[in-house]
Amino acid sequence: MSPSEYSRSLITPFNLIAASILATSLPIFIARYGKGLASVLDATNEYPWGLLLSWGIFAGEPLFAAGFVVAAGYYLFGMKTYRPLVRLAVLGGMLGYAFAASYLLIDLGRPWRIYYPMLINFGPSSVLFIVAWHVALYVTVQLMEFSPAILEWLGSKRLHKWAVSVTVALIIGGVILSTVHQSALGAMYLITPGKLHPLWYSAHLPLLFFSSAVYAAMAFAIILSFVAVRYFRERCDNEFISNIPAVTLSLGKGAAVAMYIYFALKVIALAQDDRWGLLLTPFGYWYLVELLGFIAVPMALFSIAVKTENLTLVRFASLWAVFGIVLNRVNVNLIAFNWNMPEHFERIIPSSGEVIMILAMVTLHILVFRWILNRFPVTKELPEYKGSH
Amino acid sequence: MYKNKKGQPIESIEQNPSQESSRPSRGISRRSFLSVSMLTGCAALGVPLQAGALSEFKGWPKSYGMLTDFTACVGCRSCEEACNKANGMPAPDKPFTDDSVFRESRWPSAAALTVVNRFENPKDKTKPTYRKVQCNHCLEPACASACPIHAYTKTPEGAVIYNEDLCFGCRYCVIACPFNIPGYSYESALEPKIIKCTLCHVRVSKGQIPACADACPAGAITYGKREDLLKIARKRIEDNPDKYIEHIYGEREVGGTSWLYISGVPFEQLGFPSNLPKKPLLELTEGYLSAVPVIFTTFPAIFGLVYSAMKHHTKKAGKEEEHGHLKEDDNE
Repeated sequence: MSPSEYSRSLITPFNLIAASILATSLPIFIARYGKGLASVLDATNEYPWGLLLSWGIFAGEPLFAAGFVVAAGYYLFGMKTYRPLVRLAVLGGMLGYAFAASYLLIDLGRPWRIYYPMLINFGPSSVLFIVAWHVALYVTVQLMEFSPAILEWLGSKRLHKWAVSVTVALIIGGVILSTVHQSALGAMYLITPGKLHPLWYSAHLPLLFFSSAVYAAMAFAIILSFVAVRYFRERCDNEFISNIPAVTLSLGKGAAVAMYIYFALKVIALAQDDRWGLLLTPFGYWYLVELLGFIAVPMALFSIAVKTENLTLVRFASLWAVFGIVLNRVNVNLIAFNWNMPEHFERIIPSSGEVIMILAMVTLHILVFRWILNRFPVTKELPEYKGSH
Repeated sequence: MYKNKKGQPIESIEQNPSQESSRPSRGISRRSFLSVSMLTGCAALGVPLQAGALSEFKGWPKSYGMLTDFTACVGCRSCEEACNKANGMPAPDKPFTDDSVFRESRWPSAAALTVVNRFENPKDKTKPTYRKVQCNHCLEPACASACPIHAYTKTPEGAVIYNEDLCFGCRYCVIACPFNIPGYSYESALEPKIIKCTLCHVRVSKGQIPACADACPAGAITYGKREDLLKIARKRIEDNPDKYIEHIYGEREVGGTSWLYISGVPFEQLGFPSNLPKKPLLELTEGYLSAVPVIFTTFPAIFGLVYSAMKHHTKKAGKEEEHGHLKEDDNE
């Protein structure tokens, strides 16, 4: 393709929408770094974190656990059918974590000090310290997990062999880092018993966050594989395409089981703290919407879909489950946090700048994902590296 | 009660006179100062420096604090003004003598470290209750334990102080604070920082008392050793059972705060959180933090075992196996 043909091929409806979102966001990002956070966020003493972090970190990271769940399934638990999906899931995880860190770079007051908890001074009594270290290490591990794809692209056979040889150690490391940091995201709210609504506050927050990340990861992997075969079909090899039904059903089954466990844990947490009475309050109704509408319903859908081998329903259930996980994290971070503050609901509405920045980040995320999938051997195996992982 | 402690942390301040005097208002100290201060503080206060003392830390025993008596407060806002001047803050939009600010509910922020609000007094409608709020200087502060960079320090003298040179602005301390106190200067692009009451740490180190206590004409704010303040508070409540409710706010809340309050109106009616645990909030995360090393030590063993078992299983099933890697049969 000549350069002019290439540039003409870029003019698609999707690209035009993406370009207009990014163009709109540019002045907002300039204001954020040029004039400070106050110019784009409505943050206060009571509400220091807004939708930007809820969406970008707390809701995103359970989905990006896809990398570790699929890789652990294939490499450690012998789920052979996951093989063609491993790289795609690792890419989804790696890219997701990189973007989560980017959201942090927007929200941190002094982002150029992001390495401070690693090098300058340590706060080991802080759960956020645990999160910071584990995310940093895990991004590195995921990059190494994905490095065979990059090395194949570069054609560096010797390094490739070395990179593949450490895979299992990396996968186990990734499982540890993910377990700790997914649970740590929940543990961050253990210190806020006076602020987080008692229906969402629980001593089991770390376990709840971790176990929900497992099914969120599976649901996200199902969606990723669907996107790959639907929109990037020419980039997928036969093995990938022919394995999709089996992988989707297997992950769907896993998600159903993980959701049963999560649902049970939620109910146990409720019973253990004896919060039944609170269910009949406005926040209680909202809690039931989450528990029944966004956990029990997708859980049932997964079960039915797997039983009837209905791939479309598995994918639909996945999407619903992902909505549920986003809702849960937004509940913990925003809606049920500082719930007893006067004018609470008016004050958690995000500013327009915050929404535009989120849209821009999502757009960028999709563009980078597309760029990588179109170039690197993710959903196909290069013949000379066949069967090396 | 207004007497100051003699001799102890003051000398450590003087080791850093230039740094301190360059920022007299902020009370933020360098680490070098803190460590020296902690050591001299320990020695002077007679804190045993044994290893076991840290694991069961129950606050610095002879630290100083404040007692605010809301029955005495007349709402003159002298404390706000003194605080503003002592910390070199910009002048507010409305002068401190302007009573119209009482019509809105105000809260400490990056622009004011302490504010006074007016509340209706259910006992006597003609005599409203005024509430002064600022950082409560918890004995075991949630902000300090939440900070991933350890930018906060609870000094042996009682203040919870913050070092902006370490802070990267995550604001998890703001999330963690049970009283919503730390303010952040969001409007600064290059040097945003946490801004909150320092219990006039710098003034105290120079032998003065906190500016608000110094300025209060009504005797509503008392500075002294926390244990003495508790005795005073108990005595006042005991002597005037009709005037006060029987609750010293801050005695036990979140493990105790250096700032104590007594009032004639129940504290929840004055916007004080009434749902806080009596134990320090950092204890709520201790269990989780201690589980992390367990994950690190057991997971490699568990998953290594699973991996080996799976490999063994695959081998037995007669599948291909090569150099310690699971290899797929390429059936398509």
